[in-house]
Amino acid sequence: MTAPIRHTVQFQAERAHATSFNEASARTRIELLLDAGSFVEFLGPESREVSPHLKIFDLPEQFDDGIVVGRGSLDGSPVFVAAQEGRFMGGAFGEVHGAKLIGLLRAARELRSIPVLILFDTGGVRLQEANAGELAIAEIMRAVMEARTEGVKVIGLIGGRSGCYGGGGLISACCSALAVSEPGRIAVSGPEVIETNRGVEEFDSRDRALVWRTMGGKHRRLLGAADVFSEDTVQGFRDAALELLGLVGTYDLGRLKAEHARLSDRLRSFGACEDAVDIWAAEGIADAEAIPELPADQFIALANTIGRTSHDAR
Amino acid sequence: MEDLNFQHTVGTRAGGSRRSAIIGVVASGNLEVLVERVLPDTECRLEIKTAATGFGDVWNAVIADFVERHSPGGLKFSINDGGARPDTVSLRLAQAIQLIEEDGQ
Repeated sequence: MTAPIRHTVQFQAERAHATSFNEASARTRIELLLDAGSFVEFLGPESREVSPHLKIFDLPEQFDDGIVVGRGSLDGSPVFVAAQEGRFMGGAFGEVHGAKLIGLLRAARELRSIPVLILFDTGGVRLQEANAGELAIAEIMRAVMEARTEGVKVIGLIGGRSGCYGGGGLISACCSALAVSEPGRIAVSGPEVIETNRGVEEFDSRDRALVWRTMGGKHRRLLGAADVFSEDTVQGFRDAALELLGLVGTYDLGRLKAEHARLSDRLRSFGACEDAVDIWAAEGIADAEAIPELPADQFIALANTIGRTSHDAR
Repeated sequence: MEDLNFQHTVGTRAGGSRRSAIIGVVASGNLEVLVERVLPDTECRLEIKTAATGFGDVWNAVIADFVERHSPGGLKFSINDGGARPDTVSLRLAQAIQLIEEDGQ
């Protein structure tokens, strides 16, 4: 029986190398991220736990409410995993969507030893369920911090079409560590929101180069918000998740104080910078202008020379 | 939103041993198909919730064609549709039957 199993494992690895994380569905991301055949879903689509709100707005529902949660194994060790589907309502958090993630995090808190991987792909709160969605964000943030307090590692993987915005950006900031790819953007207010509230001179949302160098994965890695930069393949994120699980230390007051000191330093050093390129130049990168064009492998090599600045919170 | 239901009597049971499978997402021009092996071997049922109202005749034609080609006996299809075109619907139905006819759970 060994031969067919080996074949499956090899086939899975080949697919993980060949599959863009950005373009894959939430289900494909989980399937290829975890060990072959190890995923067991909680509250799967056949249980039909759909949003109680969308019907009121005459909008279509999705059987899993846009998030897949469950357990599996990563390199032989158990993990909990949640993946948002960025194409269903922009991966936005609604009541059921949020509750599934909260339940998963609370299970991890109770068990203490099993890490949680969150594959973010979200624009933030689903507007049609605004209050329930906002409450979900708050409850998820609490659940992340409670799980971490009990020693659980909570790793965020960000490389989806919808990026990680709004409440998703807040939750990601509560995680133990983050991996990001170039197309994965991380922020709270999105480009259009900033432009609407502060004017086009503050932020031109149609300037895609500006959006990417301000919120994109490369900048987040160089600022220390994300700990690892991954190429845009599911295998890249699998390797990143394994690296981060080995990297994350204990979560305590000392670590939080160190992080606050780092953030104060960052503001002192870069607070006057007008653009991300100015920050990269101030960090000592010789050819800062060239960063957006760098291929993933060259960027990773460059980022590693600058070192890891994160202290387990961001 | 519009709800559409179709029931067909078919000659043969769908192959494979999986109990259920899902394919697709609910997005503009896309749909999800949840297929479950829950009916008697000669029955096939499709329950559709679609965001595009008034296309019952097109659905009827697409599904009649699908049932004739694949003979999906014993299967119930639950569909959430974000306004997909008929060719996308045919593709997703074919993917769903391919998935549930695989071996496994």
